[in-house]
Parts: sequence; C-alpha cells; structure tokens
Amino acid sequence: MSTPSPGERAPSPWEIVQLARHPQRPKLDDYLAGLFTEVVELHGDRLFGDDPALFCGLARFRGEPVVVVGHRKGRETRENVERRWGMPNPEGYRKAVRVMHLAEKRGLPVVSLVDTPAAYPGIEAEERGQAEAIARSILVMSRLRTPIVVAVTGEGGSGGALGIAVGDRVLMMEYAIYSVIPPEGCAAILWRDAERREEAAAALKLTARDLLALGVVDEIIPEPPGGAHEDPVRALEAVAQALARTLDTLRREPVDELVARRYAKYRGMGQFVEVRP
Amino acid sequence: MWDWIRRPKYASTERRDIPAGLWVKCPKCGRPVYRKELERNLKVCPHCHHHHRLSGPERLALLVDEGSFVEWDAELRSLDPLGFPEYAARYEEAVERTGRYDAAICGEGTIHGVRAALAVLDFAFLGGSMGSVVGEKVARTFERASERGLPVVACSASGGARMQEGALSLMQMAKTCAAVARLHEAGLPYLSVLCDPTTGGVAASFAMLGDVHIAEPGALIGFAGPRVIEQTMHQKLPEGFQTAEFLLRHGMVDLIVPRSALKDTVARILRLLGCPVEERTSADEHAVAR
Repeated sequence: MSTPSPGERAPSPWEIVQLARHPQRPKLDDYLAGLFTEVVELHGDRLFGDDPALFCGLARFRGEPVVVVGHRKGRETRENVERRWGMPNPEGYRKAVRVMHLAEKRGLPVVSLVDTPAAYPGIEAEERGQAEAIARSILVMSRLRTPIVVAVTGEGGSGGALGIAVGDRVLMMEYAIYSVIPPEGCAAILWRDAERREEAAAALKLTARDLLALGVVDEIIPEPPGGAHEDPVRALEAVAQALARTLDTLRREPVDELVARRYAKYRGMGQFVEVRP
Repeated sequence: MWDWIRRPKYASTERRDIPAGLWVKCPKCGRPVYRKELERNLKVCPHCHHHHRLSGPERLALLVDEGSFVEWDAELRSLDPLGFPEYAARYEEAVERTGRYDAAICGEGTIHGVRAALAVLDFAFLGGSMGSVVGEKVARTFERASERGLPVVACSASGGARMQEGALSLMQMAKTCAAVARLHEAGLPYLSVLCDPTTGGVAASFAMLGDVHIAEPGALIGFAGPRVIEQTMHQKLPEGFQTAEFLLRHGMVDLIVPRSALKDTVARILRLLGCPVEERTSADEHAVAR
C-alpha cells in the first residue's frame, strides 16, 4: 500500500482510490460509535427482508434526534461476507426509503453516510428489482420534505452510492472517491486492460477536489495527513464538525425552500452547450 | 414507413445498422431475411420474431402520428467536461454517423390522436448512454409535460450512465428522477417503454419509475450487466435471465408488447388514464376506434 506519509506530496488519484478503500479506514460502525448516541437500528424493508449491507436507524447527533442511513462494510472477513462488503441488495434501498419517510413524518433530518463499492451485482438482486429500488430511493430523496445531509466517507460507487446520496448538502472526505465506474472497470472498457487503472482513476475525476470543481459535491472534509485511518479520532471529529454546521443551517430553512433548492441544485448539474443550427 | 422523420440539416451521412446487402442474417435464429421484408415487418424477424434494435428516429416513427412530432432541444450537445480520453473523437464520430447531437430525441406529438411528450433514447449514439445532454433533455421533457399537462412516454435503449462524463453522468440520474417526481405530483401519467437493452444508470433512474412499464419481447433489462454478475457470482446465469419475460415474472414490468401492437397499446393506456384524443386531421384516423 503506497500511502504517502505526512509532509509528502499530495497523493495521486490512484493513491486516493487506495486510501478510500483502505481496510483500516473508519467505517459506518466507527461513525455510529463515535458520532451518535442512543442508536436504535431499524431492520427490514417490510416487503422481503433485511439487508445488513445498508444500515438504517434512529440516533442522537449532538443531542438532537436524527435518522441515520449508511452503507455498512464489515471490519473483518466474516462480517464482510455477511454484509457483502457494503454492497446493498434492493431490500437495503427499500428499507432506507421506509425509514426516510419516517424522518419526513417526524421532521427529523437524515444523515446519510456513503461508503460502498457498488450496489450488489447478483442474481437475486436483479430478480428483486435492483434498478427499481435505486431509482425509487433517488426519487424519494429528491423530494423528501426534511433536511438531508450526505457525507461520502469512503467509496462512492456509482448508482449503489447515489441510491442514498441525494441531499441538500453533499460533503465528501478529502480522500474519499465518488465515481460512475471503478477505475479498473473503466480501464477494461476503454483500453481492454484493467492494469491501466491509474490512468483511468485520473481520467474519471473521482477525487473530492475534482468533484467540488464540477459541482457534484458541496464541501470537502479535511483528513489527517496520510488519510483518516492514520488518526481516526481526528477524522471523525472533522466529520462531526462539518455535519453539525451543515445541520444547523439546514434546520433553519423552511422546508418548501429546502426542497425547491434541492431540486434546483440537481437540475443545474451537467455541462452542455446549445448549438445554433 | 419512417422516411418522413426529417433528417437534421447537419446530417452528413445516413446511419445504417443493417448491412447494405439485400439479405440480413438474423442474430437470433441465424436465418437469412430479405432486408426489405425485415423493414416492412418493423425489423422483427419473420422467422423467430426476434425484435431487432430500432434507431431513435425509427422508434419515434413507430409511435407518433405522421407529421405530428415537434422536436425539442435538438441543438444541445456535450462539452466533454472531463476532457476524457478519446471522448471528443468518439462523440464526433457518433454525430457524423447518426446525424444527431447525442442520444436522446425529445419533443411532443400525438399517438393515435393523444397528445404526449416523448423522450426516446437512441442506442446507436454511444450505446444510448446518459450524460449531461441526455439528462438535461429528459428532465426538460418531464418538466414541460408537467407544465403543459401532457403525459410522458419514454422509450429507453441504453447501456447506462456515460462513463466519459464521470460523476456528472451519475448526477443525471438524480436530475431525471427529480423531474419524474414533478410529473407524478402534477398527476400526469408516465409510460416507460423498455427496449433492448435498458441497463445501468438509465434503468436505475427514470426508466424504472413509470406508472406503467411496457417491455419489448426479449429485451435485456436490468441493473448490473450479465458479465459483471457472472464474475461476481462465479456461476452461469439462468436461461432468460434479465429478459423482458424474466422481469414480467418478477413483477418489474406490467406487460410485454410486440412491436406491431406498441402504438395501439400506448394510445389505449393513455386514453384509459384519461388523456384526451384530439380532433383528427391526420391520415390514421381509422386507428383510433380500435
């Protein structure tokens, strides 16, 4: 693992990919323990089952009740197998939709923590409508009448991430990534050579800095030198501060304005030109 | 039958997804089909009924009443926002080949006299992939329909989000879903027609959010590509996995409609959902009564 040590040059996009995927990087369970109190996990989508790869629950953040949703990678192999390395099945997204509707009903803000390689590409996921589950969750989040703050803490893997990542403010950790396709997959398609992943990582503009410039994320949460795993306490504190500041602002906004602004924000994304024929 | 769809002035070459020869080999049954016969048969193989892919203009001509279609936003084109390797050249090549900017054709027209907003994806343009332009055009279509009180008929044929525009393509999923939500809030119907193939970021956004989902026979529809799933699961995929018939069985589509009945079915559903039939002026008046 070529992790740059403090004081060295800024890491390359491919090095940032490795930091985002670092096995010691703080995960959802670390955030639950470090940032929240009185955590009550809520299970099941009421339709088919419960997905351990996507956490949903009630909790307090700095004393105030919130709804937490987030991808849940495991800390070791057995947990990771059970949680499919944080790759949700449709039940995960449907559970999130159910719990976010509860947040809306009770006027609680939603805190979404994003860290997944992808939505799970499996036979059963397809049978139960992975595409529909993700689409529905995106639609619900785009109109939910309560504040939503998203923090991309590790891997923002394509539609699997976006399924719980539509929000009023999207924060992204300095060495997290967010991409339409993993660099390996991109290299395989583009050059028929997955080994050219470093080039692909650079081309995809998947770092926090790139995505802030493109308007995809709203704010970068700084990390300790060498990455969040080098000083998890400091990393969690930076996330807590950013969340607290954002929630303070969003809580003060009338909900109609909040939803209208959220619509306008996503409506404005993308770059194109109108050519005169 | 689709000659009347105007070719844009900037078209330099005609697109062809059927070889220039007189005979075409059906990729499904392998039998030779006389090209003219295939065209007459709406590109459905007369032997095995395999539905060959239609281009965007062909799909549009199949659905809307002759002369009724007014296109919106045909002049939108991509900016290559990431400066992505080979994208500019591939984009230009697709513009040259299809005579259109980007992979969505949007506008309004009548379907057996029922006025509707339409969004049609063209698989021939970079695999029908959704980048900024497709996302913008689809979102505008849903917004205009919401304002004008029109239903939306979207026909998807896409490999998903466009890799070459990175996370901006991903954000088009959020943009289009939000616009679909507006149409639903306005109480207007949305018919999603799922054509071969509809996968990835298009399936996981507006394509799967219709009030009614109509699939073409045999169409590949799903989130993850079959090869990716095979690699993850380390097993052979079951026969017919991710086909329209598979989705019908698993409750993801309402009906599978052969191409010859698509227009009649779409019009019937729109009428049943209370969309008005306009005064008839065009030639296919007789079809309304069906």
